[in-house]
Amino acid sequence: MNVEALLLSARLALSVSAILFVVGVPLAYWLAYSRWRWKFLLEAVVALPLVLPPTVLGFYMLLAMGPRGALGKLWSAAFGHGLAFTFAGLVIASVLYSLPFAVQPLIASFETIDRKLLDASAVLGAGRLRTFFRVVLPLSIPGVITAVVLSFAHTLGEFGVVLMVGGNLPGVTRTVSIDIYDRAQSLDYAGASHTALLLLLISFAILSAVYGINRSAGRRAVLPWAAK
Amino acid sequence: MGGQVSGQTLAAQVRKTHFGNGDQSFLLDVVIEVPPGITILFGASGAGKSTLLDCIAGLTQPDSGRIAIGSDVMFDSERKLNAPPRQRHIAYVFQTLALFPHMTVESNVAFGLPATAERAKAARVAEILEMFHVERLRKRKPREISGGEKQRVALARSLVTQPRVLLLDEPLTGLDAELKGSIIDDLRTWNAAHQIPILYVTHSREEVDALGERMIALEHGKIVSEGTPREVLEAPRRRRLAQAAGFENLLSGTVLDLREPDGVMRVRLADAECEIEVPLGHAAPGDRVRIAIRAGDILLATESPKGLSARNVLEGKVMSLERRGALVVVRVDCGVIFTVHVTPGAVRALELSTEKKVWLVLKTHSCHFVED
Repeated sequence: MNVEALLLSARLALSVSAILFVVGVPLAYWLAYSRWRWKFLLEAVVALPLVLPPTVLGFYMLLAMGPRGALGKLWSAAFGHGLAFTFAGLVIASVLYSLPFAVQPLIASFETIDRKLLDASAVLGAGRLRTFFRVVLPLSIPGVITAVVLSFAHTLGEFGVVLMVGGNLPGVTRTVSIDIYDRAQSLDYAGASHTALLLLLISFAILSAVYGINRSAGRRAVLPWAAK
Repeated sequence: MGGQVSGQTLAAQVRKTHFGNGDQSFLLDVVIEVPPGITILFGASGAGKSTLLDCIAGLTQPDSGRIAIGSDVMFDSERKLNAPPRQRHIAYVFQTLALFPHMTVESNVAFGLPATAERAKAARVAEILEMFHVERLRKRKPREISGGEKQRVALARSLVTQPRVLLLDEPLTGLDAELKGSIIDDLRTWNAAHQIPILYVTHSREEVDALGERMIALEHGKIVSEGTPREVLEAPRRRRLAQAAGFENLLSGTVLDLREPDGVMRVRLADAECEIEVPLGHAAPGDRVRIAIRAGDILLATESPKGLSARNVLEGKVMSLERRGALVVVRVDCGVIFTVHVTPGAVRALELSTEKKVWLVLKTHSCHFVED
């Protein structure tokens, strides 16, 4: 079993879920409550990774991060080196790839909150931030947990995007899924099956936890594929 | 947020297209003044009452108008002024109460006091909880307390902020009369000390009687009547209001003749072989009119009454008896169906039962002439 690859995947998944929590919560809040007429376009963009082949997303990310891409140029100007085939590049691509898995459970959760509670908060003198932190977020805890856990699990299992953007550099971009693919390609079935089994068990445990949390919260699972 | 300024009148001029159920949209167009004390906003559901409250609280923006408390203007369409709800200092208790389900009673009440120092906050919360008799529920969550207790907590949460105006949207729906009365008493006690304008939306006669100071009747977005509850309810001018105002009996008939020296006219009730005498109204013989009579104003006898001053005695048969709290609703078939309210004691004393022959006695001045 490749412990280095496993640790790298865990580090990637943790970074991505942390970033997605910070980015996803305000984005989901806006998507849940905004009355902007073109909102649906942004909703579609957020949901794109659900239907797009990871290689397509990875391909565009690679172009953007390359020496002639906008993101790559910006990154080089700031840090003095390119973004493609680095861990940072992998994190950025994975954040986009797992975005719907964080945002959709959050939207579903925010939308179930009784609007009268928000009105009550407003007439009691609370501004938007106070209403969000004191009313919306505490009532959305199952949704938040689902979002974080799913981002983690989804990132842990990604393959196509990593392959396109990260390549296969041991300790830098060689994640668990790439490692399994590598071993299977070189006919090391025993090594591949150990890692594969471990990944299977971890994913199962995580999904059981998500469904368990939503069940004890007494509501439908707020999962992206169950979203309307 | 300014300090509390008590005793200032709320003045609102609101025009807003109101979208009711289905496609029956209509224009909410009212000018109201609410002085300190309780003013009842009365009307059938869908009359625009909640929309008016939402506009005053700042949750909905009127198409045009002006809303001010004393000299402090919070909305003025001409000056493009629209203060957000949190700056208006107007308390609003919703029909659903909207207590925060994840907070204790204490935290719910303290929610509106974020800037207050902890000790002062605790003292104010304790004081208001005591005033509304819910201090023992401090640590409970909303789902762990009863309906009446929730209503008390919602009032406490709104009033602890010392608002300049209080809006109540049918806050006591679903409570029995006794509980309603005691909550209303607590509200009165609070307002005796604070003297703010309170706009109380209801369509319950019971609450009107218990609260009654001033009353505004709203119908289809327009004010149709304004004054003391007696003035508004005793003189129903239109059919819809008479129904809303708790006239259980609304009868159609034709004017037979006018007896001007006696100040009465005789009306033959439609679909029945009976005539009643009602106060003289603006009508001519042959006109179709409506007569409104309260169920509580009708006397019921089990023998043909003699030597009465009342001019209208109708013979009929009991169709049904239904106990509703402290009264019994009796339906009597006199050719037309009358609804009569009597006490359970009277039902026993008269041995009332279905099919029993009875006589209804209506005083002339209990019959209200309603223009169609």
